[in-house]
Amino acid sequence: MYDIAVVGGGITGGAILKELTRYKLKVVLLEKDTDVCMGASKANSGIVHAGFDAKVGSNKAKFNVAGNKMMKKYAKNLGVKYLNNGSLVVAFNEEEKEILKDLVNRGRENGVKGLKIIDAKTLRKMEPNIKDDAVCALYAKTGGIICPYELTIAAIGNAMDNGAELITDFNVTNIVKREDGFDICSEDGKTVSAKIIINAAGAGSGKIAELCGDDSVKIGYRRGEYVLLDRESGDLVSHTLFFTPTEKGKGILVSNTVDGNILIGPTADEIGEKDTSTTAKGLDSVIAKAKTMVKDIPFYNTITSFAGVRTYSADRHDFIIEESKKVKGLINVCGIESPGLTSAPAIAKYVVNELIPQEYRAQRNPDYIEKRKPDYYFNTLSDAKKNQIIKKDASFGRIVCRCEKITEGEIREVIRKNPQAKTVDAVKRRLRAGMGRCQGGFCQPRVAEILSEELGIPLEEVKKSVKGSELLTGRSK
Amino acid sequence: MKKQLVIIGGGPAGLAAAVSAYDNGVRDILIIERENNLGGILLQCIHNGFGLHRFGESLTGPEYAQRFIDEVKKRNIEYYTGTTVLNISDKKEITFISATTGLVTIKAKAVILAMGCRERSRGALNIAGSRPAGIYSAGTAQKYINVKGYMPGKRVVILGSGDIGLIMARRLTLEGAKVLAVCEIMPFSSGLKRNIEQCLNDFNIPLYLNHTITEIRGESRVTGVTVSEVDANKKPIPGTEMNFDCDTVLFSVGLIPENELSKSAGIELSPRTKGAVTDENRQTTVDGIFACGNVLHVHDLVDYVSEEASLTGAAAAKYISDKLNSGRKINVACGANVGYVGKR
Repeated sequence: MYDIAVVGGGITGGAILKELTRYKLKVVLLEKDTDVCMGASKANSGIVHAGFDAKVGSNKAKFNVAGNKMMKKYAKNLGVKYLNNGSLVVAFNEEEKEILKDLVNRGRENGVKGLKIIDAKTLRKMEPNIKDDAVCALYAKTGGIICPYELTIAAIGNAMDNGAELITDFNVTNIVKREDGFDICSEDGKTVSAKIIINAAGAGSGKIAELCGDDSVKIGYRRGEYVLLDRESGDLVSHTLFFTPTEKGKGILVSNTVDGNILIGPTADEIGEKDTSTTAKGLDSVIAKAKTMVKDIPFYNTITSFAGVRTYSADRHDFIIEESKKVKGLINVCGIESPGLTSAPAIAKYVVNELIPQEYRAQRNPDYIEKRKPDYYFNTLSDAKKNQIIKKDASFGRIVCRCEKITEGEIREVIRKNPQAKTVDAVKRRLRAGMGRCQGGFCQPRVAEILSEELGIPLEEVKKSVKGSELLTGRSK
Repeated sequence: MKKQLVIIGGGPAGLAAAVSAYDNGVRDILIIERENNLGGILLQCIHNGFGLHRFGESLTGPEYAQRFIDEVKKRNIEYYTGTTVLNISDKKEITFISATTGLVTIKAKAVILAMGCRERSRGALNIAGSRPAGIYSAGTAQKYINVKGYMPGKRVVILGSGDIGLIMARRLTLEGAKVLAVCEIMPFSSGLKRNIEQCLNDFNIPLYLNHTITEIRGESRVTGVTVSEVDANKKPIPGTEMNFDCDTVLFSVGLIPENELSKSAGIELSPRTKGAVTDENRQTTVDGIFACGNVLHVHDLVDYVSEEASLTGAAAAKYISDKLNSGRKINVACGANVGYVGKR
């Protein structure tokens, strides 16, 4: 019997899991896919929002501002790249300028520091490629960027280093409420028992609540499509550029990323269910809109396009972070749309300190370590240090991904360490192997071979990502 | 460590350049190859048709490569395999990494860039739809089948009718897969006439000109694609959609010279060819750095690569013995019906 089962290996579940391991508890993370971070946490804008956008008094505002303050240290401890690049909300006419003033006021009420409106001249100095008709901008000094999947994987890896267990391919299909807890059953017939369930299942959180007997979590799905440009164009902008928000939402952004690419998007389409397909219409609209923000965007340097699905609370339109009113022992952390990534460290603290019964926090975990060694580090070392490592393990001298310069040694390492990479995409998210300009054309066969060796499975069983995504269909003649 | 001539890449361009430099008097040569064997991409091109111009006979890719590998070995030219060059400075300092040497920087008097090219990916085309397993560039599929011995799929649609796309249509068919269609957005195929005949027509594989893939479907594995006819502006024409139930999509949509290292050395690149700007000696804008083969511009036939590389090797030899004519440079421009020329 586990003390606590966290359902859902996204950033919310991951951050909570990490926080729980500060205490002497038996905790488990249940993830329906083969890797963690397979939902909204892997395909979003990666923005550490300042907090001027959320409605005053909302959970979003509270946790955003708190999370923003925590993020720098949080990322550093987990060995995750974080860049405090600052955000700009750009106004293109007098009407929008008025909205910026409202945003400043709202931000101040939310407790955001360092907000100011800058004139066109200053804006152009900060962003030389901004379109000529930009009038002014709201500059948020505390805005930042981070890689959302790097953060999620690191939080879960750290929690596992601290004793948490991870069960992947655990698609919850039934939950039985018992006197002292829950029996959680998976599609393939496994059962895990826990005294408390933390429902952080994102797109599946409505279903998980319902299986527990709580039908109050109403989830909506909004799809966002993105275009990603090559690092070669990485200096196009150096801040996160937002359009002035309208009633319809924040609109698209143009931003640099911590890895030096340029990210443009997302659209915001209400969809019936989780569907991460891109559409010609969506991508065209992202491109057309971005062109009205920034001059001469080098779309010929497009590396890829993708879509993510953000789930939100369809009736409350705010984060749901509370113990279920209907089922004792079920803690719902649902509807975590933007700014959920920024909020995650603060949400985790709140859930563990305020929503978990106090007796669970009675004993500290004496072996708790705050830090985690990053997955991607080899390229950041000095030549001498690299040579030391190669001398000990020659596989660090063999480059597998030529675009991102990732070695065989690093790939073997992430297949062995927490949380184990078991698919080609899992390796990609940890190391960027296959994420560069050739998009895995050269390295994928070798990455697949290394996975097959390390996992002890035939090459035909190596998957791209989800169940049924085997790369190959059999031997040739 | 110092070398007179370092050649980056042990494919057809690098091998021919090395042999030619040697025959023109250079003895201190090092070829650096990232794969475990010399030969480059030819090693996975097991079909024949190579060497008709150069040798007057039809060879397979590995056979063609072997002729040059033999010549390199005959001359005892030094080469490192499994070694990746990470950086070249404008002072011709080359940093490479391998399991046996670790990370090493050497200085060369002359450098020949022969890194070849890479395929454009699906991402570069912004084709809508999902991102399941079963989407490959034609070259990756070729590697899985010909080198690794595995099949990438059973029912295939190919986008792009360049030679690699055509060759792969035949290869997949011979291996028992069903190629449902080859789609080409242009009104003509850029592939060789003989490949259209021998790879498509002989196997009754339909070629759809003026067509492109407008959607890819499937959650875990590809389940199908939509193919649409395009108008004169390459925009899909509504109402012309055709659906194919396939488990695999191959992209053969162009090659791009792989010039990341050239950029690190500060070499000027041509926006037209995506390769270096060179003079008639294939010397780039950085003194003593030369370029040849598909890293300079993408060639139709490997025979032409070898020819160009031989000339480059000879020019580098002249440079090393300080005999390369460095007279006045004039700009050259091209007129009608000529795609491009070297700029200087």
